[in-house]
Amino acid sequence: MELTINGRKKTYQDKMTVQQLLQLSNISPERVVIELNFSILSPNMHDKTELKHGDAIELIQFVGGG
Amino acid sequence: MSFQQQLEQYPQVDIHKSIATTTPAQIDQALQRQRLSISDFSCLLSPNITDSQLEHMAERAHRITRQRFGRTILLYAPLYLSNECFNGCKYCGFNADNIFPRKTLTLEEIEREAKYLRGQGFRHMLLLTGEAPKIAGIDYLENAVKIIKKYCGSVSIEVFPMDIEGYQRMVEAGVDGLTVYQETYDPVLYRQLHPYGPKSNYDYRLAAPERAGAAGLRRIGIGSLLGLGDSLSDVFYSGLHGLYLARKFWRSQVTLSFPRLCPAEGGFQPNSIVDDRQLTQFICALRLLIPDAGLILSTREKEELRNNLLPLGITQMSAGSCTAPGGYGEDNQDVEQFAISDERSPNEVENFLKSKGYEAVWKDWDGAFLNKAG
Amino acid sequence: MDQLIIAGRSFNSRLLVGTGKFASNQDMVAAMEHSGSEIVTVALRRVDIDNPEDSILSHIDTNRYLLLPNTSGARDAEEAVRLARLARAAGRLPWIKLEVTPDPYYLLPDPIETFKAAKILVKEGFVVLPYMPADPVLAKRLEEIGTATVMPLGAPIGTNRGVQTRDHIAIIIEQANIPVIVDAGLGAPSHAAEAMEMGADAVLVNTALADTPNPAAMAQAFRKGVEAGREAYLAGLGTQRIKAEASSPLTGFLRNE
Repeated sequence: MELTINGRKKTYQDKMTVQQLLQLSNISPERVVIELNFSILSPNMHDKTELKHGDAIELIQFVGGG
Repeated sequence: MSFQQQLEQYPQVDIHKSIATTTPAQIDQALQRQRLSISDFSCLLSPNITDSQLEHMAERAHRITRQRFGRTILLYAPLYLSNECFNGCKYCGFNADNIFPRKTLTLEEIEREAKYLRGQGFRHMLLLTGEAPKIAGIDYLENAVKIIKKYCGSVSIEVFPMDIEGYQRMVEAGVDGLTVYQETYDPVLYRQLHPYGPKSNYDYRLAAPERAGAAGLRRIGIGSLLGLGDSLSDVFYSGLHGLYLARKFWRSQVTLSFPRLCPAEGGFQPNSIVDDRQLTQFICALRLLIPDAGLILSTREKEELRNNLLPLGITQMSAGSCTAPGGYGEDNQDVEQFAISDERSPNEVENFLKSKGYEAVWKDWDGAFLNKAG
Repeated sequence: MDQLIIAGRSFNSRLLVGTGKFASNQDMVAAMEHSGSEIVTVALRRVDIDNPEDSILSHIDTNRYLLLPNTSGARDAEEAVRLARLARAAGRLPWIKLEVTPDPYYLLPDPIETFKAAKILVKEGFVVLPYMPADPVLAKRLEEIGTATVMPLGAPIGTNRGVQTRDHIAIIIEQANIPVIVDAGLGAPSHAAEAMEMGADAVLVNTALADTPNPAAMAQAFRKGVEAGREAYLAGLGTQRIKAEASSPLTGFLRNE
């Protein structure tokens, strides 16, 4: 399935939940905020939300700033 | 936070004591500050101020006023519409216990008075009534304002306190300013002086300027009647009130007055005396506390004193006043609300101002500038 | 105790610190520690999914510092609101430093978009600290709609020019009923001291701490500057006496002169 992640298209072979995507990418869940199709996804929905072809995901984290 | 809540943070006993015991050294420190804190302001009210400190304060007040207001003085005329009143204010010539013929101007009489005042040069008028809403209430005022606005650009009211809806109606009718004196900020004394009638409600009156600001009145005027109670704390609270209103209703101009109690029909004797030196001090201190506030001096004060106080921060004066309803148009001996001391005509006042290097401003604002729908 | 109070929360330090532009996380942490600050700002950016960085949060002890996310990068109200909501979803306090900077050269705040965003965010329950031009009327309008503070700029971000906007900031301080935090452009501890001497409630500094060989030492110097300025303000700074040239005393009439 093809997903748009942070504005870039990426293809994945298997189906997966949001939680699995994070695990796959080595990103710890408590460090990110996720927007799925322009809606903020609450953390307790990570393992319950199946990603499907065409989904757009934004992964946002805190960084240094003034 | 409402002003009432802020007021509770400054108990009268503490305030009076703090002001009364302020030393000249503390006054020096306060005079040093670029911008006065509330505490600095209270120091400047102290009776222990030396002549040289008073002079220094006067110079600063003069400079600030010249900077913000230039060399102009706005002239306005009070127009008494009615002396009907249901309050029993012990110090006022119109109080309900005082038996004398009550009068409420008809719309024709109002027009006659307004015409006369316009002929004198006035474009700013202050409408006054007692508190008798059934006789001279909001409807009456709306009609009066409509007529008067034909003759002048700016109408203010000094009448009974209203709800916010009442003030909104006044704004709609074309009123742009309001004056409501708390008389005294001491609630116990207030109750004694206003034993009955709607004015006996201290809280309602205290919050009236806030309602006026919320309704969008462009000018909000307050003050205490000096001599009723402890003048040190009443002037302090007036300053505090003015600053509160200036910060909260920042689109409006705050004005302060300092009427000194003088004998009225009925013979009420002042509890305390504020002498000329103290009055001078209070005016300068208020000017330093709120650089942008208008300071108003009425014809209660003698000509000579008004002349001397002029450079110290005053920005508005009345002239040629009559404090009885219908007093301009006819030659009558009606009961006055208070005795006039400065009897100069408006032209005489204007000429005097000129001689001192001031310009009398007759018209500073016109409601026609506003983009009101309909 | 002279404490800074924002949205009902008390702080001992009046120096807020930004975490951007540091050469390393160690530098950033050292600066924070030596500044004595209790509020630090962070930004929000996309995670690089192919190369996820070590999160800044692993270097900031959020028990010690209040994390204040900013909406830097937002070019209009809509983007700012979106960033604020994202920040809030990270499960922190709903505090937000609102920054709407459409101009990428000077990063000056857009007054109109800032006001629009502030209105929305206040309604959604955020504690809003808006970065804004040093405009006294805008400051009152933001206060009126319920922001927790105002944060007028001293000079454009990163310019280290000090309190260039001092005259307008003085008016803002005079007229404000909420804390005034001077933000942006402060390049030296003396600048921070000047802002505090004027009566500012706090200052925010970032570039000056990051863009220096010794961030820890500079942070400590800023700490002292802020404290010195505040103490001087509380002690009561004198006004320069101008000799009056009155031809006759103004109050002479009281003494029959």
